[in-house]
Amino acid sequence: MSVLIYTENAEGKFKKSTFEAVSYARAVADQTNTSLVAISIGDVANDQLSLLGKYGAGKVLTVSNAQLKNFVNQAYASVIASAAKKESADIVVLSNSFSGRGLAPRIGVKLDAGVADGVVALPEIAGDKFTVKKTAFSGKAFATVQLTSSNKVIALVPNSYQVVEKPAAGAIEAFSAETKESDFKAMVKEIVRSTDKVSLPDAEIVVSGGRGLKGPENWGMVEELAELLGAATACSKPVSDAGWRPHSEHVGQTGIAVSPNLYIAIGISGAIQHLAGISSSKVIVAINKDPEAPIFKVADYGIVGDAFEVVPKLIAAVKEYKASA
Amino acid sequence: MPIKTNSLMKILVCISNVPDTTTKITFTDNNTQFNANGVQFILNPYDEIALSRAIELTEGGKGSVTVINVGEANTEATIRKALAIGADDAIRINAKPHDAWFVAYQIAQYVKQNPFDLILTGRESIDYNGSKVAGMLGELLDIPSVSIIKKLDADGDKATVEREIEGGKEVLVIPFPFVAGTAEGVAEPKIPNMRGIMSARTKPLNVVEATEVRNNSEILGYQTPAPRGQVKLVAANEAEKLIGLLHTEAKVI
Ligand SMILES: Cc1cc2nc3c(=O)[nH]c(=O)nc-3n(C[C@H](O)[C@H](O)[C@H](O)COP(=O)(O)OP(=O)(O)OC[C@H]3O[C@@H](n4cnc5c(N)ncnc54)[C@H](O)[C@@H]3O)c2cc1C
Ligand SMILES: Nc1ncnc2c1ncn2[C@@H]1O[C@H](COP(=O)(O)O)[C@@H](O)[C@H]1O
Repeated sequence: MSVLIYTENAEGKFKKSTFEAVSYARAVADQTNTSLVAISIGDVANDQLSLLGKYGAGKVLTVSNAQLKNFVNQAYASVIASAAKKESADIVVLSNSFSGRGLAPRIGVKLDAGVADGVVALPEIAGDKFTVKKTAFSGKAFATVQLTSSNKVIALVPNSYQVVEKPAAGAIEAFSAETKESDFKAMVKEIVRSTDKVSLPDAEIVVSGGRGLKGPENWGMVEELAELLGAATACSKPVSDAGWRPHSEHVGQTGIAVSPNLYIAIGISGAIQHLAGISSSKVIVAINKDPEAPIFKVADYGIVGDAFEVVPKLIAAVKEYKASA
Repeated sequence: MPIKTNSLMKILVCISNVPDTTTKITFTDNNTQFNANGVQFILNPYDEIALSRAIELTEGGKGSVTVINVGEANTEATIRKALAIGADDAIRINAKPHDAWFVAYQIAQYVKQNPFDLILTGRESIDYNGSKVAGMLGELLDIPSVSIIKKLDADGDKATVEREIEGGKEVLVIPFPFVAGTAEGVAEPKIPNMRGIMSARTKPLNVVEATEVRNNSEILGYQTPAPRGQVKLVAANEAEKLIGLLHTEAKVI
């Protein structure tokens, strides 16, 4: 028995969420007294691969060929499932990223495994009983799910488990995967990345604007504050519906659920659908001119005031803090 | 799954019946059951987007749209809503949707007998948020699946779709048949008109029985997020103090 961790990369580099998932998988392997095997697919240099041992991977399988250069959901699922079989892994861990959400269900079917998505904590294991905590009702609740199958797939939410160093051998080994022709029907034509920006689902800090900002022309200060804090920008639904910001920034029950360390809501009233997407944030800051706005009921810190006066002051304060740090 | 046989496009849209987005979520029976008392159920907002795009793609005699739901009789209001929006016919697989695996298995059984060119789901259901049905269906039918798409254009025997990735997007070309989970951007949700509402009553809604399958997950209970403490207010004219608090007290910057 072993635990298999799929280590997702973006353009050949592992992200923090990948190391979180490796640390998590290491802890699961310790809980079950088994070994941890990592699998990496695509072009990843050895200096990146060797980082995986630092977080507890006993062995690192790597698969790289022209066909697998870009993410192809079906083919990657075949590779990961065949690695799980070869390593007798009964638990497969991956990140609950956009790609992870495509892979987990396919791997689950291939391995006849129960799939736990949106997982936010280590499993509880008591004899044969294996349970995990996952988000439900778009962040309004958590569910405790028991996986009753002998094989299990776990997709971990980014920013919900700490990166832990736990050095292991991390020996790198080439793996030749079993794929079939029909795995490659979908063809990637183009990948567009806005490389200068922090991606919202991974962000540790999020600066978010609502209808209170009046129009897209006023987003300059939101972007400036975000850039200074190394944060991603986000918005409420009416803002993206009006085309002020792209849909990919829309946070809430029908948008992205975020779990940053800090969420700053500017000119957002705090409707229940918006709150659903931000409830797992560690600290919430609200800036709103209406002291009765529901956002203050969930905020840890708040400023009752006009965003057009408050935000420039915050920008100045962050600049000062950075200059003195 | 057989490849399409003629130029008419047959689309299947998987729809789920979920608590309205304004619902305050509570539980009963020692936090083991969702409290549906007084809760309004709706067509999952993402499925509404999927359905709206399916109707756009088949408009003007270019094809047909079937909606399918795994659910008990109480989901029929939601199914009728989908017919009112513009689906041509509906299937209800008569069973409690135990989990995504159960749902995907039932739909796959149906599709194996009744092939489609394109199967759409929502990116996720707003109750259990698995994003799982699309991928499981793809695997069960051995066809491609994309879990979260922002755009879908059909062109002959293939489609161009845009998939969301962290910090960007990926453009894919995929031959039919395939499965895709739709998010915002794919279409504007369509609102039923009077004619749609009238005709929905007479459109076919076929009920089929479920196939037995082994479950691999059980929900044991629920928790609601821990309540947050009182908000700490900083005066607007001393806004800069907030940055100090976030650094020294909250330790998040
Ligand atoms: C099916 C459905 C799904 C939905 N899903 C989502 C979702 O996923 N995410 C989401 O966000 N919403 C969602 N909504 C919409 C939600 O109900 C609210 O309408 C929305 O969140 C409100 O956005 P807002 O806070 O930006 O705007 P408003 O509610 O208009 O609030 C603007 C706020 O700005 C404040 N303000 C105004 N001027 C200033 C100023 N100068 N300085 C400081 N503050 C100021 C006001 O006091 C007010 O509180 C959904 C709705 C439905 C029906
Ligand atoms: N009971 C159901 N019947 C039909 N389709 C469903 C059902 N539950 C979920 N789906 C479809 O699967 C999608 C994703 O659901 P989930 O995997 O639960 O997040 C939904 O948006 C629906 O399109």
